Amino acid sequence: MISSSSKIILEVRNLSASVAGVGILKGINLTVRAGEVHAIMGPNGSGKSTFSKVLAGHPSYTVTGGEVIFQGKNLLELPPEERAHAGVFLAFQYPIEIPGVSNSAFLRLAYNTLHTRRGGEDLDPLEFNDYIREKSKIVEMDPSFLDRNVNEGFSGGEKKRNEILQMAVLDPTLAILDETDSGLDIDALRIVASGVNRLMTPNNAVIMVTHYQRLLNYITPDFVHVMRGGQIIKTGGKELALELETRGYDWVHA
Amino acid sequence: MSAVMQSIANHDAYLAGLLPTPTTPYEWLNTLRTGAAQRVRTLPFPTTRNEEWRFSDFSLMCKTVFAPAIATPALTLTEIAPFLLPEAANSRVVFVNGIYAAHLSSAVLPAGVVATHFSAMLTNETLRAQLARHATFQHEAFVALNTSHLQEGALIVLSKNTACATPLHLLFISTASTTPVASHPRCLVVAESGSACTFIEDYVCLPTATPSPTYFTNAVTEIVIADDATVRHTRLQRESVAAFHVGYAAVHLGRNSCYSSNSITFGARLSRHNLHITQSAEGANCTLNGLALISGRQMADTHTVMDHTQPNGNSAQLHKCIADGGAHAIFNGKIFVRKDAQHTNSTQSSRNLLLSNKGRIDTKPQLEIFADDVKCAHGATVSQLETEEMFYLNSRGLNANTARNLLIYAFAEEIIDKVPVASLKQHLSHTVSSQMGEIV
Repeated sequence: MISSSSKIILEVRNLSASVAGVGILKGINLTVRAGEVHAIMGPNGSGKSTFSKVLAGHPSYTVTGGEVIFQGKNLLELPPEERAHAGVFLAFQYPIEIPGVSNSAFLRLAYNTLHTRRGGEDLDPLEFNDYIREKSKIVEMDPSFLDRNVNEGFSGGEKKRNEILQMAVLDPTLAILDETDSGLDIDALRIVASGVNRLMTPNNAVIMVTHYQRLLNYITPDFVHVMRGGQIIKTGGKELALELETRGYDWVHA
Repeated sequence: MSAVMQSIANHDAYLAGLLPTPTTPYEWLNTLRTGAAQRVRTLPFPTTRNEEWRFSDFSLMCKTVFAPAIATPALTLTEIAPFLLPEAANSRVVFVNGIYAAHLSSAVLPAGVVATHFSAMLTNETLRAQLARHATFQHEAFVALNTSHLQEGALIVLSKNTACATPLHLLFISTASTTPVASHPRCLVVAESGSACTFIEDYVCLPTATPSPTYFTNAVTEIVIADDATVRHTRLQRESVAAFHVGYAAVHLGRNSCYSSNSITFGARLSRHNLHITQSAEGANCTLNGLALISGRQMADTHTVMDHTQPNGNSAQLHKCIADGGAHAIFNGKIFVRKDAQHTNSTQSSRNLLLSNKGRIDTKPQLEIFADDVKCAHGATVSQLETEEMFYLNSRGLNANTARNLLIYAFAEEIIDKVPVASLKQHLSHTVSSQMGEIV
């Protein structure tokens, strides 16, 4: 249950960022507490995807102002891999394909890297095999996907399920889902959403960047934020998403 | 005579200095050798002014005097164990510095399959009919030099309708010696109609430790694939990084035959490989995969020619180069579709990864079509590691170095994965990943 006394996981203050000299984010403020689900919506070009990439540390974006505190740490000082070690996860809108590397080998490499950094033990291939087979049930993924090369020849829905499987393996404190619902049919959407719901605990949080309300039918947000022109211009509850669905974005003003 | 002219004249005389002195007891062979020796004396040493050798400057090798190998060092099976393939435990023909090593070879083969050395079989009809018929030396100085030494080599013969399930391993070992040695390995593979085999042509060096020995390998391979026959060819060049390696393979494709080639280059200071395939009857299928993974001061040049002369042929080629450090990789792939070669279906893709700003990659896909009803596509890319790919892996907790290594490994693995012998595939994957610091 959410209460204002829950621990703050992420505090974004007046964040500005640019890409190739063009300002995209122009002063974002956002507080995310443990156990919360935040939806970030907004028209094309509003800066939603940029915001998620800046949080994960994409090198093409330059932070020009403001700060991001993640569990007491200055997130902006950390390279992307250390953000991952600290517990930030980004589910990509367009996951890349890695031919020649099996999904299970890749997941094991990521698991072992992260868990060693967090003070855990390495799993050998056999131990990991048991572990990952159990985890893949979360996204109803056939075990044969573990033997295939990472995302190679996967359909759009399979790639997104694989992203959620990675989320399950990396066990983040803050998961950012960048347009995870795009390109999904209704069954894949249900599977992906149910995977996310199963991974939610009172100690972690989710930021969902999405264009459409339909994902929010499956993952209920505590807050809905509307972005426009690189800022969050309105924040409301889940009913705001429904209103956006019927009325569009034009009526929303800062 | 200017200094430049002087040095070119010296280079031209250089190959003649590598000609053999003794003759053989076989008149037909001596005639062939003499004809080839004459070409060696008249053909110029290839320089970068020759279009076919534009990027591969071998003049460096002329600074070294190479002697012929006279005796094989006493290597043991234990010493060569790292190169042995369990799948080919009883189908292995081994040469050390070009000399056949009986005690390292083992060929216990099913009926209809021959895998041996050919100096003892120079009266064999098949051998006489095919040897030096396909790799012509009139315009190739290095092929002429190899042919002038003809006497020993590896021979594979598949009788009609014989399928050999065991892979055949032709292993050419070069060793460190006080005087740098030149060897001229020769392979002849004859697959009679309806037969099938898998063979590995493997160039290695002992010891593998540094300092890397300097030597010169000048190999020629001829592969004759009769109607409805299948040959799967894996060529591995893992010479010492101080070696010079020149290879030429000529492949002759019969009606409805299949040829697949996986050619992998890791070694040599300077290397050049020519693969020349002629589809001489209707309906042949050809798959060509290549990988050059080089670094430091290495240069690796691959030239391929796919010549479709008859209708209904298929060819699909994927060649990859990865150059790190100051390495220079070159690919030139020509595809000819002759006037009669209607309904040819041909694709060629050259994909390259440049890992350092001191490295260099030159790629030139060439398509020449003279028929009017064909389907052909070709393309080439040279790229660096993509920011998006790196970011994806970094965001999964992998540091920059691991992410880079994983992407290079993945790039190479697409070719290695096609090697048809499991233990070898595993070994090559391991070679790449250990160079990359044990990533997967």
